[in-house]
Amino acid sequence: MTMLHTVNKSPFERNTLTSCISMAQSGSAVLLIEDGIFASLKGTSVSDKVSKAMGSISFYVLGPDLNARGMTEDQLIDGIKVVDYEGFVDLTAEHDNVQAWL
Amino acid sequence: MAEPWEDEVEGPVKKFMFVNRKAPYGTIYALESLEVVLITAAFDQDVSLVFSDDGVYQIKKGQVTDGIGMKNFSPTYRALEGYDVEKLYVDKESLDERGLTEDDLLVDVEVLSRAELGKLMDEQDTIMSF
Repeated sequence: MTMLHTVNKSPFERNTLTSCISMAQSGSAVLLIEDGIFASLKGTSVSDKVSKAMGSISFYVLGPDLNARGMTEDQLIDGIKVVDYEGFVDLTAEHDNVQAWL
Repeated sequence: MAEPWEDEVEGPVKKFMFVNRKAPYGTIYALESLEVVLITAAFDQDVSLVFSDDGVYQIKKGQVTDGIGMKNFSPTYRALEGYDVEKLYVDKESLDERGLTEDDLLVDVEVLSRAELGKLMDEQDTIMSF
């Protein structure tokens, strides 16, 4: 079973990302959307937590949500991939299940 | 003769502080705060804005919202000056936690410590939290 996790809350305001990371199995994927995108950025107080989790989980971020919040690809933690809405659909289709952390 | 409602009545001026702690677009708070700020300014009140926690993201430069189908309201912060809203304060710790500096912000602000912000808060007549 492979699972896609989506996280839509800011890591500075909620513990959603922490819960997600602690339960996500090796080989699963996390897609950061809406205010969740703030976890994808370099040089923040949560960057290390994400970098460490990337050893066993692949991370994606939704580009339109990134750009809306004034952020660009060059500000991302190395190894996080940007997807558009079509990429979101592809990720959903590629995984057996989706867990939307709210 | 001027109608009664046209008379300029000098009412009391109160100190209003708006505390913005949420990122834009994910929730409606940032936009709603901005609406109330503009209304308050129209009544010639002493208005100040605080951006702390995720609220600092509201005034991040370079917001491009075409992809999410929402209005980019960030240019409005630059127009606040025209409504005599010039007291914009940003929490330094919140910037630091998020790897941001004053250069990342689209308006001129005063960066303050939490202690200094707390003191300013204490001087207000009304505080509205968003």
